[in-house]
Amino acid sequence: MSENHLSELAGDVVKRALAAGASDAECTISEGDEFSANVRMREIENLKEAGSRGAGLRILIGRKTGASYTSDLSREGIEHLVKSAIELADITTEDPHAGLPEPEELGALAGDLQLYSPDVEQLETALKIETARRAEEAALSADPRISNSEGASFDTHVGRHIFANSRGFAGDYRATYCSLSAIPVARDGDSMERDYWYTIARGFAQLEAPEVVGRTAAQRALRRLHAVKVDTQKVPVVFEPRTARTLLDNLFEAVHGMSIYRHESFLTGKLGEKVASENVTVADDGTMPGLFGTSPFDDEGVPSRRTMVIERGVLKNYLLNTYAARKLGMKTTGNAARGLTGNAGIGRGNFYMEKGVQTPEQIISRIPNGFYVTELMGFGVNIVTGDYSRGAAGLWIRNGELAFAVSEVTIAGNLKDMLLGMEAVGSDLEFRGSVAAPTLKIGEMTVGGK
Amino acid sequence: MQFSESIFAARFNITRGDLEGYLADALSQGGDYADLYFEYLLTSSIGIDESMVKSATQGVSMGVGVRVIADGRTGYAYSDDLSPERIRKAARVAASIAAGPSKIEKFGLNDGATHNLYPVLTAPTETAFLDRVELVKRADRAARAYDPRIFQVQAFYADSLRQVMVATSEGVLTIDRQPQARLNVAALARKDGGEPQRGQAGGGGRVALDFFLKEKTPEHFAAEAAREAVVMLDAVEAPAGEMTVVLGPGWPGILLHEAVGHGLEADFNRKGVSAFSGRMGQQVASELCTVIDDGAIGSRRGSLNVDDEGRTTQRNVLIEKGVLRGYLQDKLSSTLMRAEPTGSGRRESYAHIPMPRMTNTFMLAGESQPEDIIRSVPKGLYCVNFGGGQVDITSGNFVFSASESYLIEDGKLTRPVRNATLIGNGPEALKYVSMVGNDLRLDEGMGLCGKEGQSVPVGVGIPTIKIDRMTVGGTG
Repeated sequence: MSENHLSELAGDVVKRALAAGASDAECTISEGDEFSANVRMREIENLKEAGSRGAGLRILIGRKTGASYTSDLSREGIEHLVKSAIELADITTEDPHAGLPEPEELGALAGDLQLYSPDVEQLETALKIETARRAEEAALSADPRISNSEGASFDTHVGRHIFANSRGFAGDYRATYCSLSAIPVARDGDSMERDYWYTIARGFAQLEAPEVVGRTAAQRALRRLHAVKVDTQKVPVVFEPRTARTLLDNLFEAVHGMSIYRHESFLTGKLGEKVASENVTVADDGTMPGLFGTSPFDDEGVPSRRTMVIERGVLKNYLLNTYAARKLGMKTTGNAARGLTGNAGIGRGNFYMEKGVQTPEQIISRIPNGFYVTELMGFGVNIVTGDYSRGAAGLWIRNGELAFAVSEVTIAGNLKDMLLGMEAVGSDLEFRGSVAAPTLKIGEMTVGGK
Repeated sequence: MQFSESIFAARFNITRGDLEGYLADALSQGGDYADLYFEYLLTSSIGIDESMVKSATQGVSMGVGVRVIADGRTGYAYSDDLSPERIRKAARVAASIAAGPSKIEKFGLNDGATHNLYPVLTAPTETAFLDRVELVKRADRAARAYDPRIFQVQAFYADSLRQVMVATSEGVLTIDRQPQARLNVAALARKDGGEPQRGQAGGGGRVALDFFLKEKTPEHFAAEAAREAVVMLDAVEAPAGEMTVVLGPGWPGILLHEAVGHGLEADFNRKGVSAFSGRMGQQVASELCTVIDDGAIGSRRGSLNVDDEGRTTQRNVLIEKGVLRGYLQDKLSSTLMRAEPTGSGRRESYAHIPMPRMTNTFMLAGESQPEDIIRSVPKGLYCVNFGGGQVDITSGNFVFSASESYLIEDGKLTRPVRNATLIGNGPEALKYVSMVGNDLRLDEGMGLCGKEGQSVPVGVGIPTIKIDRMTVGGTG
């Protein structure tokens, strides 16, 4: 289907919804092509290639809402889509805060946000397979102890996102990404460990070299061998960027506007207060060209923007869509997010912690006895209370150096204390996805082991 | 159900001849095996928050996935358009994994065997929305009425009706109609303006809407969620370090799912990357432990009449009296390992390649009285409810997060403790099981298992068990 056709279709769905009795309507259409190649033990394991598309509709009749979606974009499919959303308004409740953004809030960022790279669509299948093969080869040949592999994978996605509403917004953008990952398995005697590394970019040319991905993954798996369980103790804990990023995932949940109005977050009612150490500055920025949390407009048609979340330890803003903003007597921050349909939730742009001045080596060198966390497991984070308890693996820090591998332990604390206890922030910030943090040191946490 | 009655024949005019033609296209480059997975999925959901029904959604999606296996390699393509041209195109794309002349002669499709585990005439998805919306309204009222300290309630109801058809180049044609429904309730409690605590409960299965009116009512789930939130108001710091852990019956069976289930999926073992690889016949648990994965239990959330490769589901013994007995197999792994398939090939949707997965995983009951088990522990932790879990299948390390647990002191339950993660190692953890209760219970039906980006509904179950040594990740 041509590009214009889908944009027209979104506008047409909105018009049909209004004609069917809706007082407001929002239509999302998305279209995407995916490809993936997996290579394992130097052989192709699988190839997958396909495209799909779907349309979603949310309507309001007064302050009552209804929503629907379909993968059938035929005339009958669209008629059914409209009817399905309208009929659901019968069972929902009048909600005084429900509604679309104000017309003056709607809009899209101008200029090229570098979300689309034509090289992704032009890649030959053979090159994609070869790229995965090179990454796995680099891992397998890195060390004799890398004797097995869960393979390497090369993936691409080319998509288009269209949004229109009854307040006059119509917008669309294309986006691409490609990624390469490797999962080698290291074995030495009875000890067997795996780890992974990956690179992801909007265009093929920006990916790290396959050899870097493979070797990094291999080194990560090797350094986990012969891990031991340590005694239960309270020590400083350092999170490498890959695990530090998960703390920002937790923070995102805690500044999520829907959790705030429901009193479901330990940061409810804390705007303007010191909630973290002075080393901590966190922003959400949906405008950074080429990054993964960037978009010209959010899923309600509000332009993306930069919002300071924590500035030198002080909580500055929550992240909001129109609904949460109205509940809290605030303005949307352009963070509306949803799949094809339904009421908008809240998503992030590029949600990241500003880098500090110390290198990771400097941070580690000042710790006589501590834990450097390279992997976290499980879901033991309670955003209501801030209670934090997760499975962990990594390296033990002895006299300022990474001394030996540790696994089958837990780290525990409370996010309130952990934010205030961020004693050091590394200089090694980089974006591998929409959430990013540099190396972080927390003054004290409980390591649960023997 | 007969092929002719299926939505694919009746509405989309697909014939047996069409299916045979698509399979021939898929094998035109010399593949060894091909299958087609047709899916027509209806879903709906209703959410209540602050006593207002704020969301209601329904939708339809459909598509077909074409898979070709050649020399152990898999080619996969799918289409969300069921027209012959688009299916043929997908078949040709998938076919390109192979390189050579077609080896397959003409074949015919015969109806495969299936169970009838969820004989639901009218699926919840096909009932009136006015009936379904009552479920969330009742849950909201009941949770608020449970205790004056409850100040926030959310309830979410979701159902689906998945119609699937699998046709394979081995000549098997199966059709299934898979209803699914669940109701979840979350409640927040607060005492004297202090820190809130959350409780959650939910359940359902492959059931008719009647299940929520007669068996597990909205009031049941609401009271459970509210009770947990209120209990947690008095929770103390969780302990840290190794100790004796007693798991209550039901949902704590997630231990089995993480500690042994994933590690026994055949793909990981075929590749030699599981901590259980090469341990068949070895003692991996105490003699008290027999662990089963059974996809053929009536009405359960994790059950299927046929798996997503068209094979009848069955009861599989994974561990028998502590000894490792079996893996969970799909088509590809069973072929490469020269083993019998176990009806464990599952996929999230037509857009996904099937792989070996669990269905309903549980431990058989033992002989101990649950009270005796708790009484036998001088100092430890009793865990009755959990959030999610995760496993690293290669090292075997797994975690699961306790959302409701109590200190055991001198054989008695004393204080509730705050959320804590438990961690162990798969092939080792169950060796420390020293008592198994006679109270096997399956969970209420809310499990969702993720593997390599694909989510499928599963069930778990366990009797009360005592584990002499496990690491608890508290702060105290």
